Formats: sequence, C-alpha cells, structure tokens
Amino acid sequence: MNDPGTSFIKKGDELRSEELIVNMGPQHPSTHGVLYLELRLDGETVVDCRVHIGYLHRSCEKIAENRTYTQFIPFTDRLDYIASMNNNLGYVLAVEKLLNLQVNDRVHYVRTIIAELNRIGSHLIGIGTFAQDLGAYATPMFYCFRDREIIVQLFDELCGGRLTYNYMRIGGVQTELPPHADKIIKDFIKYERAKLKEYNELLTYNAIFLARTKKIGILKPEVAINYSVTGPMLRASGVKWDLRKDEPYMIYDRFKFDVPVGKNGDSWDRFKVRLDEISESLKIVEQAIGGLPAGNAVSKINKVYKAPPGEAYLRTENPKGELGFYLVSDGGLKPYRNKIRSPSFSNIAVLPELIRGLNVSDAVCVLGSTDVVMGEIDR
Amino acid sequence: MEQTQILQILNEKFPGSVVEEQPKAIVIKGESFLGIANLLKGSDLDFANLHCVTAVDRRDKIEVVYHFYTFKHKFMLTLKVFLAMNDLNIESLANLWKSANWLERETYDLFGVKFLNHPDLRRILNPDEWTDYPLRKDFDRPDFYRLPQSEGLKAGG
Amino acid sequence: MMDLLLKSGMIVTFIAVSAMFLVWWERKISALIQNRMGPMIVGWHGALQTPADMLKLLLKENIVPSGIDKLSWWLAPFFVVVPAVMAFVTIPFSDKFIVHDLNIGILFVTSITSVCVLGIFMAGWGSNNKYSLLGGMRSAAQIISYEVPLLLSVVLIVMEAGTLSMQEIIRAQEHGWFILKPNLALAFLIYLISATAEVNRVPFDIPEAESELGAGYHTEYTGMKFAMFFLAEYTNLVIISAVTATLFLGGWQGPILPPVVWFLLKVYGVVFLLMWVRWTLPRVRMDQMMGFAWKFLTPVALLNLLISGWLMVR
Repeated sequence: MNDPGTSFIKKGDELRSEELIVNMGPQHPSTHGVLYLELRLDGETVVDCRVHIGYLHRSCEKIAENRTYTQFIPFTDRLDYIASMNNNLGYVLAVEKLLNLQVNDRVHYVRTIIAELNRIGSHLIGIGTFAQDLGAYATPMFYCFRDREIIVQLFDELCGGRLTYNYMRIGGVQTELPPHADKIIKDFIKYERAKLKEYNELLTYNAIFLARTKKIGILKPEVAINYSVTGPMLRASGVKWDLRKDEPYMIYDRFKFDVPVGKNGDSWDRFKVRLDEISESLKIVEQAIGGLPAGNAVSKINKVYKAPPGEAYLRTENPKGELGFYLVSDGGLKPYRNKIRSPSFSNIAVLPELIRGLNVSDAVCVLGSTDVVMGEIDR
Repeated sequence: MEQTQILQILNEKFPGSVVEEQPKAIVIKGESFLGIANLLKGSDLDFANLHCVTAVDRRDKIEVVYHFYTFKHKFMLTLKVFLAMNDLNIESLANLWKSANWLERETYDLFGVKFLNHPDLRRILNPDEWTDYPLRKDFDRPDFYRLPQSEGLKAGG
Repeated sequence: MMDLLLKSGMIVTFIAVSAMFLVWWERKISALIQNRMGPMIVGWHGALQTPADMLKLLLKENIVPSGIDKLSWWLAPFFVVVPAVMAFVTIPFSDKFIVHDLNIGILFVTSITSVCVLGIFMAGWGSNNKYSLLGGMRSAAQIISYEVPLLLSVVLIVMEAGTLSMQEIIRAQEHGWFILKPNLALAFLIYLISATAEVNRVPFDIPEAESELGAGYHTEYTGMKFAMFFLAEYTNLVIISAVTATLFLGGWQGPILPPVVWFLLKVYGVVFLLMWVRWTLPRVRMDQMMGFAWKFLTPVALLNLLISGWLMVR
C-alpha cells in the first residue's frame, strides 16, 4: 500500500476488493495533453479523483528572470499554445503598464483584430475536441480545423508561424497587416457565420449530444467564484462577467457585442457559450476592420526597455479565462519576478468536485468541456 | 473604490496591522493576516475572488503577495506579507477561498513557504521527492540529478 | 456434396473480398464526409490499401500478454469469426444461389450471430486487463439487451410472410416490399437501430470507445488475431444489411438487372447508410443506451406487434 496510487485509501478499506483504481494518463487519447487523473471507481462510478499536473513544467517563471522584457515574448507563446496571440497580448500589455507606455490607436485596432481572430481559432479547437471526446469520431473536429485553417494561413502570412507567433511587441506589433488582409477577413466573417449554423444543426441540438452533456458536471456559480474559475466556464454557470465588458482594456469599450451566459453550468452550457462567443468575436472583428485608422503599428524589436522599480498586475480575457501577469521590477533590463496566473490552472482545480459521482464516460465529457491546455497549467 | 479606503478600514478594525503602504499594495503583519482575510471576505467589501497567490524572494525576506478582487466594487487589492527567511510560515486561506488550495501549493513548491492548516500541502509542479525550492534567488542549478532509488531525490552534482 | 462445397467456397471468397472492399469503402466515405481524401496512393484511389494493411497485420509480432486465461484468450477470435461466417448459409444471394434454404432460415441467422457475444466476453475476460474487462462486460450487456427489440421486429415480418424461410419471405414480397407497409416500416427502423447496437457500431460503440478505454475488449490482440476481430465486425455488418435487404427491401427482386446485382445493390445501400450514420453522430452513454433499449425500443416493438397482430386477425 505504499505506492502513491493507493495512498488515499484509508486504513479500513484495505480488504475491499470491488474498488478499481484507474489511471487516466499521463498518456491517454482524451486528456488533452499530459494530465494524470487518478480515478477511484466503484463499478463505473467515480468515487474520488486526484489531479496530478507538472508533466509539462518548463520553469518559464525562472527563465523570465534571466531574459529581457522583449526576449520573453516567445516564451509566452508556449503557454497556451492554441491562443498564442492572446498570451502575447497579455504580457505586452502588462509590460506597457509597468513602463507606463502609451501606444497609438492603430496599434490597438490591429491588436484587437488579431486577438479576436485567435479567440475564434481557440474556441473552434475547443469545440472540435470536445465533440471528439464524446465519440463523434473526428468529423466535427475536421470541420472546425478547416475553418481555423483560414485564420492560421493569414497569421502565417503575417508573422511566419502557424501555432506560435511572437507577433505582439512592446509598443506595437511585429509587422503591418498585409493589404489583402482586409478582404480575407471580410470573406472569413461571412463564411464563418454560415458555418456556425451548420455546427448548430450537427451538434448543439442533436438528441444524442444533448443526452450526453445536459446536466453533466454542473458547476454552481458560488463554487465557481470561490475556486476563481474564469472565462467561458464561469459564464456558463450564469455569472455575467467578461473583462472586455466589465473592466475594458485597450479599446474594447468602443465595440458593441454581447456576453453569452449559460443557465445551468453543465457541459452543454459550456459548449454553447463557446459557440456563441465565436459569433460575438466575429462582430468585434467586423467593427474593428471597418474602423481601422491610418498610422504606424510596427514597433522596432531592438529598442531597449528599462523599467522603473515597481510592480504591475494586469489581467486580460484569454479564450480560456483570465490570464494575469504580475511583473516586479528592480530598475534593470530584466524583470525581478514574473508570475503568470493562468486560467486553466484554476479551472482544472475544480475538476474533482465536478466528476464525483459520475460515470467514467461523463468524466471524459466534463474534462473535455473545461477546455484546458497543459502548457498553461504547468508553464 | 481606492486603496486608501481599504487602508482606512484596516486601520479601524485591525489597528497596528499595517506595516507599510506602498503605491500599489498594502503590507500587513503575518499575525493579523487570517483576521483581515475573514474581514475582506465577509464584510460589505465582499472580496469574493482570490485571484492570485505568489511570492517574491528579496534575499533577506520573502514577500507573499495576494491579489483579491471584489466584483461588487470592481477593485483589485494587493496584500503583501513579509516573511523572514528563518520563519517561512503563514496561515493558509484554503478554507475561505478554494482557489488558494492549488495556488498555495505552487508557492510552497517553488519557494518553500509553509502554509499552516492547509488541507493538502504537497508539491504540485515538481516531482514529490524534490528537496529544493527552484524560484529562490540562491537556487544553484546543479549539472545533473541523481534518480531516486529508494530514498528521496537529492539535487547534487 | 460437391455442389455444397462449391457454394461454400464461393461464400467464403465473397466474405473475404467483401471485407476488404468494405474497409476501403469505409475509409473513403469517412474521408469524404470529413472533407479530406482518404487513401490515395496504393492503387487507384487507394484500392490496394486494404490488402497492404492485411499483409502488414500478418507480419506483425505475435505478442502474448502474461497472466492471461489461456483457453479464453486463444479461442475468443474463433468464437467471433466462425458464427459470423456460418450465418451466410441461409443468405439468399439470388433465386437460385443460396447455400441451403433452411426452412428455419431467419431463426438460424439471428441465433448464430448471438454466439458472437461469447467471443467478445472471452476476449475481455481472458486479457488480464482492466480496460478489456470493462469493454467485454459492457458489450455483453449491450448485445443481450438489443436482441429483444431485434427479434420482436423480425417476428412481425415472419407473421406477415407466414414462414421462417428466407427465400419464401422474399417471394412473399412480390406484390410490394415490406417496408412500404407502415407498421413494417416502424419495424424496419427498430431493426436497424437494434442491429447497429448488435454489431457495436457508433452510436453504440461503447465497448470500443477509443477516447475512454484504450481499445476496449480487443486491446491485447495483435496481428492475425486482431485481423480476425476486424473481419468479424465487417462480416457482421454485411449480415445485418443482407437480412435487412431480405426482410424489408425485397431481397433479390427487381426489374431488368439480374437478381444477384439487385441483392448486392441493396445490401451495400444499407451498409452505406450505416456508415453515414457512424461518421455523423456522437456516442451514446452506457446507461442511456440500456435505458433506450429497455424503456423505449422494447415497448414500442411490443405495441407494434400487438396492433399488427390484431389487424391481421380481424
């Protein structure tokens, strides 16, 4: 009884033979990365669950203390590697707050367009992989990736990368939007609006999908706030909280968009909120690309930034939740401390509460609906 | 809401607990920490969200930094507690805010700060058998690690 | 005697070729539904992909896990393949070609295909693996539950045709296929759903649920033994499509073209329908699946049977 797998069985339980300890992970087709879930099953019901993380720990925070502010931007790409632009944006905004740097309007507009397109891409992957976990064998995933391909090709032209971009810079962005980006984005908006109707028919109101996800993994709003759950998971529980609306950063207060909210906090609500957020992001992109001002958005990479002693904490609304950067400076070229508060870290801490008492199949469904990325959790 | 208002309330209810007022944070004493935390959660201030718990190693002391957020007044409060290097103990907030559970485990893992009355204080990111605290400034990265055979992993060259 | 041997030989050849064709066809259909191309390189549009895969499977290392229940584990593939092949004895390919037109034809087919559940359970139990055991138990429960609505809808056809023999049932459809009658159309739907559950296909493929339990009951099988499970799955698919075509769609009847061609068209039409469903719908959860069988399909089938019987007697 010394191995860690059975360490949470109490003394008197040693003779019971019906309880099965199933290790899901770290390698498993459905745990979205290297996550290790220790499930204690009674028949097919999950009695208890322990979450083990740290298999992807790359000590980003220690590395940050040895890199200048600009040199750390590629590291932020690898945090939530599906929404790299949003991570870049969060870090760059935090550094600009520390340095008290102002940027011009065009920079704000370009950053908003790019960040919202990346949000659409991230939600598409979240939806596709969730449907795959439920057994809809890759068909929805292929459709979502086909849509995401348009966004990724545009980013490829912009900055040369398809997954990790290193695009945002302190004080601006890396390159200007190419002249034909306007047409590509407007065509994409029209295309994606039609495709969203297709996803609703294929998945959202499908009887089997509803039976699999309704009332599964209900997260109550008080529990969610206590666990500091943020993002679509919080909004699905009925709490109407979106940083872009309630504490607007950049120029989000100039755009008209809604914040989709769920009713019950079950897995279906989390899926639906993500699907609706795609259409809201399309609205923002449409408004932004319509009002793009003239000017220069590029910021030179070899400019040296020396931060005054002090600290700054800034959080932004990532597709997965609220990403926070806590930067402490002692007056040098490199930060003294860089703490990354990642949304998936707090979102997954609530998992044992959600899956207690459910089936193994439902546990997979709930894990898929939390839409976590291991790169962010382990840093 | 402003930081000065919070400072006023703290001075009223817990006189003498505030050590220092920094431009962006309030530093308080470790002894009154749990009482202040209860006040922040329970009163009209309603800091329902503990957003981030972390630590900064200042070589002679370790600062434990807490970020509290209140939806009601839309204000983010930064609280700091200074801990001397030979006494890295502080009360855990895991019973009040469940988000503190994992965040405090991470601070323990990376800095060695012990949280008293924490339900499950284990390492979270590094292997369980490690004996080092990587994010301290005096952490000396060894050239190689010995794999555990039957005893714990000792960082050594 | 020679005649029987010749016919059996032709059936076995048909099964082998059909399984190869179906594997290729499934990959192509899934690819086109998912907006990609599927196998394209080996042969014309990947037609030689399946023989290449079979060759690879034959050359694979024969891994025998330790701690297995030797008898169960080694015999399980046979218990899955042999009943599937034997069911072809009474499948009527045309008015003249049937290995032996037993006068209990349809009863024989449904009872022989039920023996497959033994093979699945033996594979799950003998593998000394938690995942396989869970998969085997789930599969056994699923197959046994869905046999009830399946048989209830078959009984309806037998009542309508007045005979159990496959050729006679086809001849009774001379004046109109059975699917055109409303109560029999309902029986068609119930039969199709139950048959999908019988062969462990999506939406009822919990025993092989890849994203949850590795690969279910055949996790520990490699090489030729795995190929046999694979073969059995596609053979079962052809059997239920053939039975559907015989009972509901008029078998080999049809104008102009020779009967064999009509039969094959109908069989592969139903197979296409089942494949289309597989690549579109998500998977049903275990307890929901059992609830659906016992609380919905069985009462509906019983009601259908009662009303049809009463109408017939009147």
